[in-house]
Amino acid sequence: MTHVPEQAHVHFAEAATERRDFAAIARWITPGAKVLDLGCGDGALLGYLRDTLNVRGYGVEKDDANVLACVKNGINVIQMNLEEGLSGFDANSFDVVILSQTLQAVYQTERIVLEMLRVGKEVIVTFPNFGYWKHRLHIIAGNMPVSPSLPYQWYDTPNVHMCTIADFDAFCAGHGIHVRERLVMTDGKAVGVLPNLLGSLAMYRFQTA
Amino acid sequence: MQDSSSVGIVAPQTARFSEPLALKSGAVLPQYELVFETYGTLNADKSNAVLICHALSGTHHVAGKYSDDDKYPGWWDNMIGPGKPLDTNRYFVIGVNNLAGCHGSTGPASINPATGKLWGSQFPVVTVEDWVHAQARLADQLGITQFAAIVGGSLGGMQALQWTLTYPDRVKNALVIAAAPNLTAQNMAFNEVARQAIITDPEFYGGDFYQHGVVPRRGLRIARMLGHITYLSDDAMGAKFGRKLKSGEIKYSFDVEFEMESYLRYQGDKFAGEFDANTYLRMTRALDYFDPAAEFGGDLTAALSRAKADFLVVSFTSDWRFSPARSREIVKALLDNELSVTYAELTAAHGHDAFLMPDQHYHDIVRAYLENME
Repeated sequence: MTHVPEQAHVHFAEAATERRDFAAIARWITPGAKVLDLGCGDGALLGYLRDTLNVRGYGVEKDDANVLACVKNGINVIQMNLEEGLSGFDANSFDVVILSQTLQAVYQTERIVLEMLRVGKEVIVTFPNFGYWKHRLHIIAGNMPVSPSLPYQWYDTPNVHMCTIADFDAFCAGHGIHVRERLVMTDGKAVGVLPNLLGSLAMYRFQTA
Repeated sequence: MQDSSSVGIVAPQTARFSEPLALKSGAVLPQYELVFETYGTLNADKSNAVLICHALSGTHHVAGKYSDDDKYPGWWDNMIGPGKPLDTNRYFVIGVNNLAGCHGSTGPASINPATGKLWGSQFPVVTVEDWVHAQARLADQLGITQFAAIVGGSLGGMQALQWTLTYPDRVKNALVIAAAPNLTAQNMAFNEVARQAIITDPEFYGGDFYQHGVVPRRGLRIARMLGHITYLSDDAMGAKFGRKLKSGEIKYSFDVEFEMESYLRYQGDKFAGEFDANTYLRMTRALDYFDPAAEFGGDLTAALSRAKADFLVVSFTSDWRFSPARSREIVKALLDNELSVTYAELTAAHGHDAFLMPDQHYHDIVRAYLENME
């Protein structure tokens, strides 16, 4: 039964990495900004941004348990399914709209990214890079990748739209999206060379061109 | 056996107001009384007060019992008490019967001081705004300058919302549950049918039935039956009654055949025996007239720009009378004004009545919000 401590260890390491991801996102946000976090989970990122940057933050979340966690954490949360669009939000009504580690788990990916561009003056998207070399090794070995950034089996994963950094670059180019900054990280550290091969997490900051 | 999560045995109090109250309609109430109950203890700086606003047929009796043999506690007893989501160990909770009510506050069955007779048809039409002004005077008497929270469901949620507009500095938090920024035409249509049932009852006498020693029981009964249909979802009625027959076989008659009919008749009869027809007309009118955006050309965002409170907005998926879409309108207007707002859209089968039900997740949300409240 080595399974349990192993998972606990992964969870702890993930929490530390998560803080570094948050810090990287925070560097792209101005203090006091009005921020919308789509798929905000328990509100951890918004809590971090509130505490470090005093942002006026709102989360969008569909899951009951996460909504309750947000309320407990004192995070403003709007319970809705973002697959149904962001019609409850006016154009340019937020300084920043964030989709953190959720892009790969939505069905209406294209529509949601375009909606984010409508609602936010700026958009931040982060996602696990499917092109990361360890994931490629899994594929070459004949299996779907399982890693700290993709911690699911093929049969229980919520991820439905995996993409690589090269794929997302092409998506942005094809949709007239102006990428202001891109940061690629592995284990919380920035990756400079061969990002699509060596990076496990991709972070984009963009707006309508 | 004393239930430790109950506020226990409670007693109503009466507040008297001798200063006239100018109503939105232009009428003036020369003097009035409000009957209310309180639970918990008001702290030294009077900062822990929570006001509960009741819905159409609600009362000031929100929690606890009047005696040990009381069959039913107050109408929101599952929400309010020691250790309950609205914890009376921490908060001083006030329930108040609104003006035009029929449970002790000044209303159509009270005496008009100008004539020495019962008000009856002459009792003015009141609005949500009027209620809020009257409640504010009660707060004044109790020495409460600012409520920690104002809480209401349905028509009560409209009052909580109105408070944040009429007295923005007197509300820190508003819990607006199963409410709407106004009623749709369809929603008002139900009210009109209910009123017509009452008004056309021969024993209504234009609202002056008291002096004839009768009650427009048939009208009230039909009004309540109609209301009950709209407070439940199709699924909830299906689950509760389905097509079950009362006696097990069809009798080819117009007596009670289906269990649903038995339920509606029972609810109608019960209500007709205890509720005032004139009050019912006025409560439904208060619902119809509520529309804070009206004076802003229909712009709810502009209407809510006065608000300063933090909000918890709650809706229930199967509530078609006050649907989630209507709560989302409130949420959007609050977001547009960059107010602090949390919106929970709760999965519930019970329709509009869900706001009164002891659902675990619903109560967890309310509890978490109130525990975190400044």
